[in-house]
Amino acid sequence: MKVRFKLNGEEVEVEANPASRLLDVLREKFGLIGVKEGCGEGECGACAVLLDGRVVHSCLVPFANVMGKEIITIEGLRKTEEYRIIEESLLDAGSVQCGFCTPGFVISIYALLKNNPNPEDKEIREAISGNLCRCTGYQMIIDGVKLAAKRGEKLWKA
Amino acid sequence: MEGVIPKTLNEALSLMASKNYIPVAGGTDLMVRYKRWKNLTPSFPAAPLFIANLPELRGIYREDDELIIKAATPLSDIEGHSDIPVVLKEAVRLMASPGIRNIGTIGGNVGNASPAGDTLPPLYVLDANVVLLSEKGKRTLRIYEFIKGPGKNDRREDEIIYEIRFKVPEYTHYFYRKVGTRKANALSKLSFAGIAKVENGIIEDFRISLGAVAPFPVRVIEIERKVVGKKTEEIDGQFIDSIKKDYEPYIRPIDDQRSTAYYRKKTSLRLIESFLRAL
Ligand SMILES: Cc1cc2nc3c(=O)[nH]c(=O)nc-3n(C[C@H](O)[C@H](O)[C@H](O)COP(=O)(O)OP(=O)(O)OC[C@H]3O[C@@H](n4cnc5c(N)ncnc54)[C@H](O)[C@@H]3O)c2cc1C
Ligand code: FES
Ligand code: FES
Repeated sequence: MKVRFKLNGEEVEVEANPASRLLDVLREKFGLIGVKEGCGEGECGACAVLLDGRVVHSCLVPFANVMGKEIITIEGLRKTEEYRIIEESLLDAGSVQCGFCTPGFVISIYALLKNNPNPEDKEIREAISGNLCRCTGYQMIIDGVKLAAKRGEKLWKA
Repeated sequence: MEGVIPKTLNEALSLMASKNYIPVAGGTDLMVRYKRWKNLTPSFPAAPLFIANLPELRGIYREDDELIIKAATPLSDIEGHSDIPVVLKEAVRLMASPGIRNIGTIGGNVGNASPAGDTLPPLYVLDANVVLLSEKGKRTLRIYEFIKGPGKNDRREDEIIYEIRFKVPEYTHYFYRKVGTRKANALSKLSFAGIAKVENGIIEDFRISLGAVAPFPVRVIEIERKVVGKKTEEIDGQFIDSIKKDYEPYIRPIDDQRSTAYYRKKTSLRLIESFLRAL
């Protein structure tokens, strides 16, 4: 079945089984390999993307459900100033080691700061509760988010 | 089996009447249940019908003193809506993680009929109705008539879950607890939902429900009736013990790996006691 949707700012149309996972379509048909597969069961957040601005786990989304929607992957965010600030802040806070989980965290952090430019610790914890990291401690990631909130102050409020 | 994306609710209903389809809303249960290896399309045992984006199945409305939640409304919309009673809101807020609540739906949670489904205890105490729709018309069932056992519900093959509706109750006390292994993503080890109305020292309404402690959520109206009408000062240690005894036979946890049956039973009775003491 042909499905039309918006991907990283461009209208696209692609032929795929409507029951296939959004994750596979993004990686196989569009080569967007920044979208990672960890668990494949909604537990780890490595496959996170934005669907109409909201975080979703693309391993759980049937491709049919993106018809007419807008998807933004880490590749789409990479062109933005917001991305640069989040990435630098995570690096400076020491919250990146192997980096496998990082794209998923960046998606969750971006969605958080866009809605809540000045989050408290418990709001940050909640926002990243669907992301797992096997390498660093969550406290370092929380520190990274706070740094990004401060450095990007004007951007988040825009 | 190739899936279908219906454009309207009527189209979905006529397809459902013609042969067996599996309705897919957010897919957060089904995509995991039928998943295969990487890059392979999940294998649904019958053709999937993708209903998540039908506008007729989304939204939260008020109709007189009733609140209506359309089946394919994502959990995060319920969590953020001011008309939703706190017992339900709190339960939804503690489910899974934001990325799952953004696509998982209330109709999917009810349709799943899992003994650990977190919206069920609050919907039981709210006396919620499940409205089913087919080409033949509407059927309205009490949530506890609809849920038939682990993974089983009363939906016919030609029906979809259309909406959940309940009278917005007046209450002065509510209590919601989810006891799980890890906050996010932990399916409930057990959960407790209670509401009560106390006026001039008299308990006018009292409803509780426990999740994940029996093959389906526990709600026992006969026991609640013993509490209704009592003065709050009559809720003493002796009375509480007798109520806990009454509930004991209904709490029959299956001893799975998530927690031992003994622990679940003890915790359930302790939560019942805490709620009674708070009145
Ligand atoms: C990582 C993870 C964590 C989770 N944590 C929790 C948790 O904490 N608590 C909890 O309760 N659940 C949890 N779940 C389970 C799941 O997310 C919820 O049950 C969710 O509400 C399902 O909604 P859905 O729309 O995604 O369902 P789907 O997968 O689309 O459907 C579920 C079932 O309902 C049926 N169905 C759906 N909509 C309709 C309809 N309108 N009419 C008829 N039938 C319908 C489907 O056919 C299917 O049988 C979790 C799942 C994952 C993957
Ligand atoms: S791969 Fe999707 S959540 Fe782990
Ligand atoms: S940095 Fe390795 S999993 Fe997070």
